Amino acid sequence: MTTVKELGTYADNTWCPGCGNFSILTSIKKVLAGLKDGGFDLSRVAMVSGIGCHAKIVDYIDVNSFYSIHGRVPPAMTGIKLANPDLVVIGHSGDGDAYGEGVEHLIFSAKRNINMTYFIHNNRVYGLTTGQFTPTSPPGFKGRSTPLGSPEAPMNPIELMLSAGATFVARGFSGKIKHLQDVMLAAINHKGFAFVDVLQPCFTFFNTYDFYKDRVYELEGEGHVTSDRTAAFEKAGEWTYGEGDRIPVGIFYQVEKPTYDETLLRGRVPVKLKLKDIRPVLDKHV
Amino acid sequence: MKELSILIGGKAGDGIRQAGQTISILLNRLGYRIFFYDDYPSLIRGGHNFSIIRASEKPIAAHKENVDLIVALNQDAVEKHQNRLNPGGMILYDSDHVEAEGVGIHLNEIVKGLEGKPIMRNTAAIGGLAKALDIEWAVVEDVMKDTVEKEIELNLKIAQTAYNKVEEPFFALQKLEQNMLPLISGNEAISLGAVQAGLNMYIAYPMTPASAILHYLAAHEDDLGVVTVHPESEIGVILMALGAAYAGARTMVGTSGGGFALMTEALSLSGQGEFPVVFVMAQRPGPSTGVPTYTMQGDLLFVVHAGHGEFSKVVVAPGDAEEAFYLTGLAMNLAWKFHIPTFVLSDKHLSESIFSFDADLDKVQPEDALLWDGKGEYKRYLDTKDGISPLAFPGNPAATVKSTSYEHDEYGITTEEPEQIARMQKKRLRKREGLLAELAKNEQVKIYGNPESKTVLLCWGSTKGACVEVAEELGLKVVQPLVLEPLPIEELKQALSGSDKIIDVEVNATGQLAKLISSHGVCVDDMILRFDARPFTVDVLLDRVKEVLS
Ligand SMILES: Cc1ncc(C[n+]2csc(CCOP(=O)(O)OP(=O)(O)O)c2C)c(N)n1
Ligand code: SF4
Ligand SMILES: [Mg+2]
Repeated sequence: MTTVKELGTYADNTWCPGCGNFSILTSIKKVLAGLKDGGFDLSRVAMVSGIGCHAKIVDYIDVNSFYSIHGRVPPAMTGIKLANPDLVVIGHSGDGDAYGEGVEHLIFSAKRNINMTYFIHNNRVYGLTTGQFTPTSPPGFKGRSTPLGSPEAPMNPIELMLSAGATFVARGFSGKIKHLQDVMLAAINHKGFAFVDVLQPCFTFFNTYDFYKDRVYELEGEGHVTSDRTAAFEKAGEWTYGEGDRIPVGIFYQVEKPTYDETLLRGRVPVKLKLKDIRPVLDKHV
Repeated sequence: MKELSILIGGKAGDGIRQAGQTISILLNRLGYRIFFYDDYPSLIRGGHNFSIIRASEKPIAAHKENVDLIVALNQDAVEKHQNRLNPGGMILYDSDHVEAEGVGIHLNEIVKGLEGKPIMRNTAAIGGLAKALDIEWAVVEDVMKDTVEKEIELNLKIAQTAYNKVEEPFFALQKLEQNMLPLISGNEAISLGAVQAGLNMYIAYPMTPASAILHYLAAHEDDLGVVTVHPESEIGVILMALGAAYAGARTMVGTSGGGFALMTEALSLSGQGEFPVVFVMAQRPGPSTGVPTYTMQGDLLFVVHAGHGEFSKVVVAPGDAEEAFYLTGLAMNLAWKFHIPTFVLSDKHLSESIFSFDADLDKVQPEDALLWDGKGEYKRYLDTKDGISPLAFPGNPAATVKSTSYEHDEYGITTEEPEQIARMQKKRLRKREGLLAELAKNEQVKIYGNPESKTVLLCWGSTKGACVEVAEELGLKVVQPLVLEPLPIEELKQALSGSDKIIDVEVNATGQLAKLISSHGVCVDDMILRFDARPFTVDVLLDRVKEVLS
């Protein structure tokens, strides 16, 4: 059996003690270890991260990685997937990263239904830049850029992804490790764009652990039908990233649709394309 | 010299560019060398468009302001251009729409009578023009069959009716005993150069004047073996390109100034992460949206200096279709040899003009990048003597490939240690030595005209065509750097040595090449600048140079 330790690197971990990122890291490592033990070659994994506390995750896992820039995880993933569709492409972003700086890429990834998996470490705060409000901070959030409270209402990324066309929409909680691993594995196994909003306490700037612990419940236990889009929207609306009593986690929606990579590539693999003679094309220009 | 210039003008939607291209092919089949210039405003219907087709017995890369023939599909074509007619010149016009002195044909009536579509007036015009130039009907028929995509019979009938309406040819155009050459635009030459150097993916967001690269490669995906992608934005474009390069695909992106501005953050990522990528930067007049469908050489300094932080890049600036082909191939090979961003700096005038293309195709070959030998543990950023770390790609069971935007150690893990930081910066910059040596194997500065002349026209990019002809006429020397970063300053100084007057000729308002070389201690004596969004024509430049010399 592959251990979590074997999948680590020599990099010093610089997350704050108590940070929810640790559980996410352990979860993805466990999922990858399980895949490896099942015969999957982990050299086919390409992991992409943005910039923020979340993004350090690629330094802590010994798989292929592309540590990109703030907000631009999805297009980097898309380029990798299109160049070599044989790769399994997994992205990790922060909420500032995915819902703020780079939200257009998130929407387009869902719209295209490109076959890749995207985990958002949603601590509802900018961690690395020391505590400003993000698109999913609660109303009135007092961050360092909004000392009087956030003037914006939070966005609901689950609803956004359902509207945009994602074929796998889920939420996890870093405090529910086993459940999170199940969701992560299902996301990776899904053929199409798989989106998982992972609720993650930021111990230092927005410690939401107790808030979530008391409210989170598993959709799987309530007979939710994941192919039902209307039901998915209903569940998505149950908690709108502010106050609330019940926060559903699990798979909101899952359907199968043609993927962008298959449609666009028509079986071609760019990294294996052979050089063609340009003369016949030039002859048409005479 | 045997030559002829034809201007064809009409409204947007009249199919002017298409007609101009067909006329170019006609003249090409008679053995002429062609330069085709297209002038159109940024709108889809209405306005006034015109194209100039210049045919010559010798290779040319510029057009002239004055023409021998005007083909007028609207009144503007007469009003705006009749002062361009050379003595003995002639106007051929649609007498249903236009009043002029010259040869009128009822183009509209012909089209209507044969139940054609209004746009087929351009077909009728081609027919009339062919007769006016004394071109055999069989040649016209062949060309139309090769170029008309729909309703060929109807088009032939329309063209032939107009052909027969012109009673007497008024230019007896001689057939030349020269081989025919492919006619391609600068953008097509860039596309083919990239393909020849192993392009796998072309990724772009539409922006004039680079869009035609995307259109061309998308239309020829299967013939050329390229995957094309049109993403959500230029930021999406460049990140996809870097992702694709990381996975091992040879990738090119193309845009103009505004789109490139959006890409600059990721340009710097390609510097830090050592991702190979080729940018085509086709300039148009700025600032901002500027004049979208016209030309300018206004982004040289922007491109040369683009990107935060310090890293190497290459900027090449072709001046005609052959150079576009060779230099794009070079840009692709250098990007992969040195894992750096490289630029093909074009402009509307080069990208969208059409040239007779006479390149030695085999001069461009894909050169393999240095690949990891599979020994020991793979380190993406191995600190080597020449700074080049061998490549491996994800999917290789023996390697873990870690690329990053952060400063990093050899393995690709983030570092903030001072020694490590300095070491990696040195490693990256060390590649420059090899890069300079590699560049030195190529022709980096071109000389034309009279090499003995003490008066030099200094130019770059698409301005070269006009400069060369003016220099030949006046017995001057032309110096054209093909590489602008790293600037081949020694070659440039050599080429300029012995001159007592350097006249800098650029299509911009501030003389950016002059500024660039002045930082190396080379000063120009005069500047001839044009910045009304139009390129230099041979005759206009001739007058400006004479003014400076007098
Ligand atoms: C273009 C750009 N703008 C701003 C920054 C500064 N920056 C770094 S991380 C970050 C926010 C991170 O927040 P989030 O994505 O939520 O990640 P977290 O740290 O919370 O995991 C910002 C604004 C940057 N690196 N790049
Ligand atoms: S700032 Fe917050 S998110 Fe960042 S490491 Fe510390 S606890 Fe984790
Ligand atoms: Mg965050």
